[in-house]
Amino acid sequence: MYDVIIIGGGVSGAASARELSRYKVRVCVLEKEEDVCCGTSKANSAIVHAGYDAVPGSLMAKLNVKGNEMMEQLSKDLDFPFERIGSLVICLSEEDMPGLQKLYDKGVANGVKGLKILNREEVLEMEPNITDDVYAALYAPSAGIVCPFNLNIALAENAFENGVEFRFNTEVQDIRKVENGYELHTNQGEFQTKYVVNAAGVYADRFHNMVSEKKIHITPRRGDYCLLDKTAGNHVSRTIFSLPTKYGKGVLVTPTVHGNLLVGPTAIDIEDKAGTNTTRAGLAEVISKAGQNVKNLPMRQVITSFAGLRAHEDGSEFIIGEVEDAEGFIDCAGIESPGLTSCPAIGEMVAGILKDKMGLEEKENFIATRKGVLDPDTLTKEERAELIRKEPAYGNIICRCEMVTEGEIIDAIRRPLGAKSLDGVKRRTRAGMGRCQSGFCSPRTMEILVRELNVSMADITKSGGESRLVVGTNKDRL
Amino acid sequence: MKNYDIVIIGGGPAGLAAAVSAKRNGIDSILILERDKELGGILNQCIHNGFGLHTFKEELTGPEYAQRFIDQAKELEIEYRLNTMVMDISHEKVVTAMNREEGLFEIQAKAVILAMGCRERSRGALNIPGYRPAGIYSAGTAQRLVNMEGLMPGREVVILGSGDIGLIMARRMTFEGAKVKVVAELMPYSGGLKRNIVQCLDDYGIPLKLSHTVVDIKGKERLEGVTLAEVDQNGKPIPGTEEEYSCDTLLLSVGLIPENELSRGMGVEMSRVTSGPVVNESLETNIEGVFACGNVLHVHDLVDFVSEEAGTAGKNAAAYVKGERSAEGGREIRLNPVDGVRYTVPVSINTARMDENLTVRFRVGAVFKNCYVSAYFDDERVVHRKRQIVAPGEMEEIKLTKAQLLRYPDLKTITVKIEEA
Repeated sequence: MYDVIIIGGGVSGAASARELSRYKVRVCVLEKEEDVCCGTSKANSAIVHAGYDAVPGSLMAKLNVKGNEMMEQLSKDLDFPFERIGSLVICLSEEDMPGLQKLYDKGVANGVKGLKILNREEVLEMEPNITDDVYAALYAPSAGIVCPFNLNIALAENAFENGVEFRFNTEVQDIRKVENGYELHTNQGEFQTKYVVNAAGVYADRFHNMVSEKKIHITPRRGDYCLLDKTAGNHVSRTIFSLPTKYGKGVLVTPTVHGNLLVGPTAIDIEDKAGTNTTRAGLAEVISKAGQNVKNLPMRQVITSFAGLRAHEDGSEFIIGEVEDAEGFIDCAGIESPGLTSCPAIGEMVAGILKDKMGLEEKENFIATRKGVLDPDTLTKEERAELIRKEPAYGNIICRCEMVTEGEIIDAIRRPLGAKSLDGVKRRTRAGMGRCQSGFCSPRTMEILVRELNVSMADITKSGGESRLVVGTNKDRL
Repeated sequence: MKNYDIVIIGGGPAGLAAAVSAKRNGIDSILILERDKELGGILNQCIHNGFGLHTFKEELTGPEYAQRFIDQAKELEIEYRLNTMVMDISHEKVVTAMNREEGLFEIQAKAVILAMGCRERSRGALNIPGYRPAGIYSAGTAQRLVNMEGLMPGREVVILGSGDIGLIMARRMTFEGAKVKVVAELMPYSGGLKRNIVQCLDDYGIPLKLSHTVVDIKGKERLEGVTLAEVDQNGKPIPGTEEEYSCDTLLLSVGLIPENELSRGMGVEMSRVTSGPVVNESLETNIEGVFACGNVLHVHDLVDFVSEEAGTAGKNAAAYVKGERSAEGGREIRLNPVDGVRYTVPVSINTARMDENLTVRFRVGAVFKNCYVSAYFDDERVVHRKRQIVAPGEMEEIKLTKAQLLRYPDLKTITVKIEEA
């Protein structure tokens, strides 16, 4: 019997787990995929929003601004990449100025610091590649960018260090209210728990509706993105948003913490909660809108495209709290943008609710910090030489595009909640994320996985499940 | 810091031939830096035959061809490091490299020969929509898995792109027991050599669908199928022409890109057409003493031509180190590719530095039938060679001699073009 079961190992679930791990409480995260960060958390804009978008007074507004404030310290404590680069919302005509002013006012009401409306000249001085048609822009210096994978992984690893259990490949199929709590039926058997945290992303309505008569409804809202080579990474130095106008919503253009350029997303409501396929129309829309605010975008430098699903609840608001007619069942639902930004505050809020309900006591030995996979690029030449002397694997480059060494890949596999698949290694180290998109390194990374996990090549997957990379040996069917 | 006369970046066919040539031209202090665990580069996974017809007048497999040059390099006692990644090259020719044994180390070179080869264009570069399941490989990655590891990437295969590696892999996968259902090519002509179409597809009854592309990818974990559609003249899919193919593997053979990150980093000027360095008659880049050859310079079809080109680069690097290259008294002639000719290597010729014979290599941008390959010395047509067919998939060349150029003392520009009959 667990005290708390968290459904979902995305950023909301991992942040809740990490905050709960401060207390004396038995917590388990159930994740249907083979790793954390496999759903909405891995495929998004990787933006830390300033907080001028949400309706003043809403939970979204509050958690956005708070999450933004918490992100910097968290990134230091848990060692994941975060940069406060600022953002601009581009307004292309005088006619749209009331819209820009409204954003500014909302931002001020939400407590966003440093907001400023810039005129055309100020914008172009700040970002020379903004379109010449720019009229004005809302500048938000507190906006930032983050590595969503390492944020999620860091939270989970730290929770694990502090005693939270994680069960992967464990899909919750049914939830029943029992005396003193809930019984969760999964593909891996039954689990009993006193409390449930429903952090299931686009599936959160399904679980909520199993225990409550007050139904909620989540629409997967698909966003297609294009990622550009690092050669395009300096095209802009801040996140460039489009001011929504009567002609629709544009796409954003932003540097990533790894130095690429990201363009997207679309917003297409779909039925399939696993519909993460890009479409020809979606990619065409990204490409056609990309140039609206930023000129001379080198769209020939696209190295990959992907789609993510936002968990859009009908009420357009985060739903966080105990479900009215299901005692002990805590929703963490409708976590769409700015969910990534808000996750530190979401975790704190969820843990706070449970602390009050359960009367939790703090641990004395909570470990507040975590070290990420060592990136030798951050070392001086001397330190790096010393590292290779001690660990020669750090002298062996496996991913030549991102310059990832064997040492980093081994670390990613061996660490707590380590990588088990090619994508798991990729999210932790960037091996395979570069311009050749794993053409050269995937066979070599597979070899390392085979050796470290003591399995055979046929067991290695791209991302768990049936995503096997090889199906047999030469001539085995002849 | 260590010092070498010539540091060669890459121990594939280009790097090896450049090293052998430099050594034979009197340079002893040569170092080859190779990132893989053995010399030979991509040839090691090209176990089919057909290599060496020009160089050795016999048909060799890729590894056999590589071994001939590896043997020469070893006989000549040319120094090399394996499993060594070059991290950076400075404008002043300081090479920073790394391996397990020596850690990070620096080498001052007098001359550098860039011979890093190329990489395959990925799915992302094509913006193919759909899911991102396992089972999508670039043809070269699949070739490595099958030919070097003995592993089957899949059973039912669709290949996008008719580049040579894709064609070779269609045959290889068939040999190894897979069913290759179709090869789709976006362009109205193949990107590979004619002989590979015949020997790898026709002989095994594998259909080649020209003017077709993949418009959807299905399968959330492992690939389950792809949708092909015919495309119009602009490469846009034509609605209503979609055809579903169930398959567990999609191989991409959709182009090769010279790997010039190091070249860019050191300030080498690049060609937008070839994605390789801009070079003169000596295969020297805009940085004095930095030469380029092989697929890092421009993508070749035949390794024989890579070896030949690399030999030239090695010889010129040797001359540079010995201080024997002088442009004194020479004239600078520009090469101007027009009318169907996409680029030339080299882009300029200095008459003092050039050898007696010079091969100008180029590719055309479309298929031309019953045409002429022509070269104009300023306004005078000097070369006019009838060709039944020229195609983007086959590299072309014209040969010039020093004597010929010296007969035109005022020559400024050589224009290379395709002329209709």
